[in-house]
Amino acid sequence: MIEMQHIRKTYRVMRRSAGFKEACRQLFRREHDEIRALDDVSFAIGDGEIVSYMGPNGAGKSSTIKILSGILTPDSGHCVIDGLVPWKDRMKHVARIGVVFGQRSQLWWDIPVIDSFELLRDIYRVDQRRYEQNLDELTALLQLEELLRTPTRQLSLGQRMRCEIAASLIHNPRILFLDEPTIGLDAVSKLAVRDFVKKQNREHGTTVILTTHDMQDIAALAERVILIGRGRILLDGTLDDICREGGSGDLEQAAAGLYRKLDIA
Amino acid sequence: MHRIKDCVNLYAHYVSLNLRSAMQHKASFFLQIAGQLLTSMTTFLGITFMFMRFEQVGGYTYADILVCYSIVLLQFSLAEMFVRGFDAFSSLVRKGEFDRVLVRPRSPILQVLGARFEFTRVGRLLQALIVFSYGVRASGVEWTPVRVLTLISMLLGGILLFAGLYLMYASFCFFTLEGLEFMNIFTDGAKEYGKYPVDVYGERMKKFATFVIPYALVQYYPLQLLLGRSDCWYCMLYPLGAVVFLAACYAFWRFGVRHYTSSGS
Repeated sequence: MIEMQHIRKTYRVMRRSAGFKEACRQLFRREHDEIRALDDVSFAIGDGEIVSYMGPNGAGKSSTIKILSGILTPDSGHCVIDGLVPWKDRMKHVARIGVVFGQRSQLWWDIPVIDSFELLRDIYRVDQRRYEQNLDELTALLQLEELLRTPTRQLSLGQRMRCEIAASLIHNPRILFLDEPTIGLDAVSKLAVRDFVKKQNREHGTTVILTTHDMQDIAALAERVILIGRGRILLDGTLDDICREGGSGDLEQAAAGLYRKLDIA
Repeated sequence: MHRIKDCVNLYAHYVSLNLRSAMQHKASFFLQIAGQLLTSMTTFLGITFMFMRFEQVGGYTYADILVCYSIVLLQFSLAEMFVRGFDAFSSLVRKGEFDRVLVRPRSPILQVLGARFEFTRVGRLLQALIVFSYGVRASGVEWTPVRVLTLISMLLGGILLFAGLYLMYASFCFFTLEGLEFMNIFTDGAKEYGKYPVDVYGERMKKFATFVIPYALVQYYPLQLLLGRSDCWYCMLYPLGAVVFLAACYAFWRFGVRHYTSSGS
């Protein structure tokens, strides 16, 4: 259902040396470097899969997610998701996906969480009955009962993340993108998030694509791992493949070994 | 028709959330509204003092200027009320939060405007209404049907013109990442200088305000009809030229959205 073929994306990045004089010079003449964020990326993901997308910082994980979710337009290549090209049929496409950016909140800061949920209901045009059904289910599974009436700013990070995930599922998306969903969470919250994602996948058949640096996340969730480094797909396989290639039974060690071996760290 | 109603409902929902957020900080809410009520009274006093010394400015009497200023102030305040949400747009783009807007199946403009609706502007609008109702009565203009229509056309055209300017201002952020402060000259500045009809500033300024940024279409030309200085009944249609300007700004916005490159992870 997700097919990506030969996707390329380059950014222009400004460069300058340190110092005031350089900064002044920069005002008039700018030097740009081209950075290849994605270099011929191809993969296919089937319905109902959970896929971990891993790689060191700056490898191109976020760029891939942004292309898949219609935010960025690639320089070249093809991508079709459920019959739609994300950046061309953006409006139709995004109605079917849910996105959680672990580092950015989508909830309104000063008002109770439930108010944000109701806005999302209207944004996605979810009818009232289905909204209540979904809300009940999410509330039970993520234990949101007491959180819903609390303003977002008074939630702990773990509580907030549970609400963020619920918020991205209000409209029954077919695909869920999780960009570092467990970053900064304590052990209990991490487990809660992982359990929930698994359940959502099993019971609703939601396809999940997850980027994370947490190897435990990957071990707990994904049967399939795609490794990206310097904008290229380097490995597409299972956890066992990672361990074998990385030369260690310990996942953390194996990942580090693999990054070093492939010279992408 | 159904789609428009749907958009209006969503916008209303945003406004209500903004109101709930603003009321969380009660004291600041009321103080700001009161403060706004006082600020542009000073411009009004400025005009009054000016005419205590001089009989006429550029051939216009005190009553003429009063009409002109009250109309421009109302145009600006109405536009500000609904479209000023673009003010914080540069930070939205710089921090990559525009991503969130793009992964939702609704018009990005509607979302950006809805997300920031400051009620302090209500104070300014109230004040504009006070000046306007005083100006309209004190001016001694005889309100024939043609003149009433002209007035309505000026208000509509003015809102569209300022909306276009705000949209253009926001679109620049896609390319510069910083808000361009100089753009304020064209919005807040236009409100200040717009208290006098543009021909007061000379022929060159009139040309600029006709062909580049068409202030004159919503101010100078229809004003001639309103003040009985000309009989060109079709001058009442001039403000509709602002539609063309807004369309150009919208095209620029669309171009900017495609150029959007997001930021960070």
